[in-house]
Amino acid sequence: MTGITHHIPDNLLIAYAAGTLPNPFALVVAAHVSLCDDCRARLAAHEAAGGAIIEQSAPQEVSASLRDRVLDALDAPFEMPAPQPRHGVYPGPVMEALKGHPPKWKPIGMGNRQCIIDHGAEGSVRLLWIAPGQAVPDHGHNGLELTLVLQGAFADETGRFGPGDLEVADADLEHTPIAAEGAPCICLAATDAALKFNSFLPRMLQPLFRI
Amino acid sequence: MIMLDDHRTLAVIAPCDSLVVSMTAGKEQAQVRKTDYSIQTEWMLAVRDDRDRRAFAQLFDHFAPRLKGVVARSGAPPAQVEDIVQDVMLTVWRKAHQFDPERAQVSSWIYQIARNRQIDILRRERRPIPEEIARQEDTTPDASQVLALEQETEKLRQALSQLKPAQREMVEKAYLGELSHTDIQAETGLPLGTIKSRIRLGLERLRHELKTIGTP
Ligand SMILES: [Zn+2]
Repeated sequence: MTGITHHIPDNLLIAYAAGTLPNPFALVVAAHVSLCDDCRARLAAHEAAGGAIIEQSAPQEVSASLRDRVLDALDAPFEMPAPQPRHGVYPGPVMEALKGHPPKWKPIGMGNRQCIIDHGAEGSVRLLWIAPGQAVPDHGHNGLELTLVLQGAFADETGRFGPGDLEVADADLEHTPIAAEGAPCICLAATDAALKFNSFLPRMLQPLFRI
Repeated sequence: MIMLDDHRTLAVIAPCDSLVVSMTAGKEQAQVRKTDYSIQTEWMLAVRDDRDRRAFAQLFDHFAPRLKGVVARSGAPPAQVEDIVQDVMLTVWRKAHQFDPERAQVSSWIYQIARNRQIDILRRERRPIPEEIARQEDTTPDASQVLALEQETEKLRQALSQLKPAQREMVEKAYLGELSHTDIQAETGLPLGTIKSRIRLGLERLRHELKTIGTP
């Protein structure tokens, strides 16, 4: 995808490469890399650094039975589940997280919708569907928040974010993203803040309580 | 690698005509051209293209002991370390068709597999991974691109060994999974930009090939 101007910062790419990035953020990173050759190449460069560290690390003796087990298993039958392919604006890793089904949207007020993909102790990740001209709901702002645009665009005090662009926000950033006119804005949004459920609130009140 | 009876070494880089060694008789033996690829790349290509078990055993003997130390360091319970090494090495064999020396060195590719498998096994959840860009299996690798990437990786290794001990420690911690994203200083002191541009070239070539194949 060309025209991407907001990319993944290096500390997140390294944490992703090293496997320490919490899963909700890892999904956003994997989705952006699926769309952005620049970050794909940067991630591969970090993996080259990881490989160089393996190469230079001190060998530790492995048991003889391990070698035999591996060599004996080369002919063993195995299954490699095929990864979910991209579907419309949803990159492969998002379709994988959705188990191959298109998102099931739930209304969240003001004509907007969401589809929660995952939430747990590490944070949450969801798809947001924002009507043109509407404010993007604040998805909890205690820590890190990643928002990847999949369709349409939004703009806030820090700039304009179009398809493939990633906004990285921390608790210090006060911002009010507004979906651009045109196609509805679809975003993949992850946060490490606890997820609040407000579905029992009257729809009118939801914007006040934020979601 | 195929070791011939008379100790001539024939490097098999299957589809690349310019690099396939032509066997010559008699005194010219000494001039038999051998590819300049690193030995690990040759093993891996022999595994990928010929399902060469001997080459795989060489890869195992080189990488398994290093992986053991690395996996132990990044928080796996001692009883599970060898199980993870086993799983990683088997994945190397099973996913060999995805290995593309224009985009990744063997060690980078194995690093990536090791991180994925370790997370999948220890956390019992699948780590989200980017879409694969499928290599066209019948296209020839661009030898100059492969060699250039190897040279850049060599420079990276040298830079790594020249870091000051404290900095080296931080870099190792970051890449071996001992630091969180908030603790990682993005400035590593490693020359990653040059590697990145090499990998980018490999990607562009691949995208171009896919596009050409896609249009009738
Ligand atoms: Zn990017």
